Amino acid sequence: MSLDEVQVKEGVDAETVERVKALSGAYKHGWNTEIDMEFAPKGLNEDIVRLISAKNNEPEWMLEWRLEAYRRWTKMKEPNWAMVEYPQIDFQEQYYYARPASMTEKPKSLDEVDPKLLETYQKLGIPLKEQAILAGVEPAPEDGERKVAVDAVFDSVSVGTTFKAELAKAGVIFCSISEAIQDHPELVKKYLGSVIPQSDNYYATLNAAVFSDGSFVYIPKGVRCPMELSTYFRINAENTGQFERTLIIADEGSYVSYLEGCTAPQRDTAQLHAACVELVLLDDAEIKYSTVQNWYPGDENGKGGIYNFVTKRADCRGARSKVMWTQVETGSAVTWKYPSCILRGDDSSGEFYSIAIANNMQQADTGTKMVHLGKNTRSRIVSKGISAGRAQNTYRGLVSMHPRAKNSRNYTQCDSLLIGSECGAHTVPYIEVKNNSSRVEHEATTSKVDDDQLFYCRSRGMDEEEAVALVVNGFCKEVLQALPMEFAMEAQQLVAISLEGSVG
Amino acid sequence: MVAEAKKAALEERLDGLTLPEGGGWLAAARRDARDRLDAVGLPGRRDEYWRFTNPAPLVARDPEVSDVSQSPDPFDGYESVVITIEDGVVTLPDTLPENLQIGTLREAGEADIHWAKDIYGTLEAMGSRPVLRPLATLNSAYATDGVVIRATGPVAKPVHIRTTGTGDPILHHVVRVDADASLTLLESGTAGARSNVATEIDLADTGAFHHIRIQGPDHVRHPNTHLFARLRQESVFKSFTLSANGLLARNEAVIELTGDDATAHIAGAAFGRGDFHHDDTVFVTHDAVNCESRQVFKKVLRDGATGVFQGKILVKEGAQKTDGYQISQALLLDEDSQFLAKPELEIYADDVACSHGSTTGAIDETALFYLRSRGVSKRDATDLLVLSFLAEAIEEIEDETLREHVGGRMADWLARG
Repeated sequence: MSLDEVQVKEGVDAETVERVKALSGAYKHGWNTEIDMEFAPKGLNEDIVRLISAKNNEPEWMLEWRLEAYRRWTKMKEPNWAMVEYPQIDFQEQYYYARPASMTEKPKSLDEVDPKLLETYQKLGIPLKEQAILAGVEPAPEDGERKVAVDAVFDSVSVGTTFKAELAKAGVIFCSISEAIQDHPELVKKYLGSVIPQSDNYYATLNAAVFSDGSFVYIPKGVRCPMELSTYFRINAENTGQFERTLIIADEGSYVSYLEGCTAPQRDTAQLHAACVELVLLDDAEIKYSTVQNWYPGDENGKGGIYNFVTKRADCRGARSKVMWTQVETGSAVTWKYPSCILRGDDSSGEFYSIAIANNMQQADTGTKMVHLGKNTRSRIVSKGISAGRAQNTYRGLVSMHPRAKNSRNYTQCDSLLIGSECGAHTVPYIEVKNNSSRVEHEATTSKVDDDQLFYCRSRGMDEEEAVALVVNGFCKEVLQALPMEFAMEAQQLVAISLEGSVG
Repeated sequence: MVAEAKKAALEERLDGLTLPEGGGWLAAARRDARDRLDAVGLPGRRDEYWRFTNPAPLVARDPEVSDVSQSPDPFDGYESVVITIEDGVVTLPDTLPENLQIGTLREAGEADIHWAKDIYGTLEAMGSRPVLRPLATLNSAYATDGVVIRATGPVAKPVHIRTTGTGDPILHHVVRVDADASLTLLESGTAGARSNVATEIDLADTGAFHHIRIQGPDHVRHPNTHLFARLRQESVFKSFTLSANGLLARNEAVIELTGDDATAHIAGAAFGRGDFHHDDTVFVTHDAVNCESRQVFKKVLRDGATGVFQGKILVKEGAQKTDGYQISQALLLDEDSQFLAKPELEIYADDVACSHGSTTGAIDETALFYLRSRGVSKRDATDLLVLSFLAEAIEEIEDETLREHVGGRMADWLARG
């Protein structure tokens, strides 16, 4: 339904309607950067895999790993169990590698990076300059402010990583994964694919074959990472898939908070994004992984947008290790994403906090898996799904208590909110309890935005858009509170923006 | 296209089975079901809908066991109109109360015009979308007999179908409840070593149907049942099943609310031990305005028993003001027992209130301690807590006398278990 056809409900004045119209589809990051790009030939075959490997100057073992994945992938079938529909993807009609021409020679420092690229990130509110502070907050460089190190990935390559020197002092390795393959092959060899094996699923296998860059983090024993780390992903080039791979290793007793953000320009054709994120946690380690996914969602008629097929998994190998996934999913035309926790170590714990907003023609099928293997393991799932327009939003999750996972606990809450009569909200949880000392509780509700709450807000002078945004923010508060402060502010605004045009 | 494995499974199951003789509308309905069955085959372990229960014993050519014991009639002493089915042979009662018509499926199928014609296989076919139910489709094709029951007004006494035997029966019942009519149906008995029983229930506007089924406590059997219900405006459907023991029980209920202001409740209490495997699979579709549905399932599992619950609430576009509720709970009495659940919501209307909950855990230690400290033995205390856990499902039985009757049976069996 286009906005011209929207029936105006009683009591909504013309001004509101105009404002809603003006805001409809207002994706704030839809511009693109005019920059010379270098592409690999279109399509996918062994030569492309070799080329990507060669571009990154990879050692032989890495190339072999990729080729093995590629061969496996050619024999796999695209999964179809998710509640999402999209036209058949022609994997030969995509570019698998694109990098700014200026990046051919890797710049030695940020000063050598093409100013246009830096401008792109500036415009997105991601300051790469070391003194800057991330997102939402105006740059006010005062001593004692929290610092955030950024790895910025532009299409297929990492353009720069900030604060490297300062992090190195603490022993923290934070670089692009292509650099890590060069500089820390022993770590990469040991951990890459150990959480998400090459054979894991169709998109993870594709990623293993063609991933071009991504971030690598190693936090040594007993180190509390002195600042938050973040990666900012930007897809810019047309018809280009982004396949990044992130690997974070938290050694014994270490701690890191990691932030991830993503945007893409507004284009008429859909684009593919298939990423893998692997987290490894040894004894007493803790990782907080927060994502604000704001890929271009397509227009209100479902034209264009990113197909986001992502595999994220944390392996709590060590005893008492702790992982926390927090995600705010507002973008992408199609989302297929289940950040999971393998709770292998005794007393380890996993948490998953998610807000998934689907508006217009967006489709989101997202959730988590909590696999309890160790004793006394704990997990908590809080999922808030919001559907508006003609969108479909599905929570899909697994809680599995293995026979050995004695005395474990899980608590799951997934709530769905529907705004408008043409959208859908679905809940598909799998619960498998194979021992009796564990306790599993699952609760789910589906409802619409409460009329009384809306009326209250409206009677206090808010317009309908503001009122809905406020009610939805209230509905999401448990998740928003789990986000790092800077992200929480951004996410709250994003919740409002994502729902613009959904009422009336 | 049917996967080869499903086709092979079907061929194996049908080996030795022939379509029952007879002409008329029933023969046509059987052929139609047979064609639909050919197109889908039989389920295997890898089917999403069978991920927690291995269908092998239900789809094998022959039942796995033959040593079948018969439990005494659990409704003994409760006044009812009794229909007996012994090894597939239906015996009807001599006298019927007012507003009740009863016949055998076989005879009804021969009649030129019969009300059951519009229901037989129709609700099953409706209920086989979007999820395939090939074992029910097989039933529509191969059922040898069954009972057709019609209530044309309030029926004073409950109708009790008591099915006994040692074989491998396939039975199909058809129930119609007319406008302003009401009927209570009781079911009991070990139908055989393995049994495939499908029941189609069509409720006219304002019709009311109450169903109480008791399975057990005999253990050596593989019951596979399907309930298909279609509810029209302001009609009421309430079904409760008590299951005690059983090697493999798969009870499916497929309920479609097609008229406004209708109510559907479905509940179950199950307990068993050892190789007990109990599967409740429920699919409730809301396709009308202002309907209420409620699913309450409780299982008590010990000595390595397995409980399965797959429940779904589907709210179609336009089914506004829906009130959907679902709860599934399991009590695991030892380390080896397991509970596997998939409680699903699929919702396409915005003005709804739907919720589901599922909990699994051991017996509450605090409550146990409290009872022990009052001088109750550990065994008795456990029994008491199990009883109170299951009582919540029994509460779903509306009729007070029946509720007490079923509650009493359950307490007896638990005490002896």
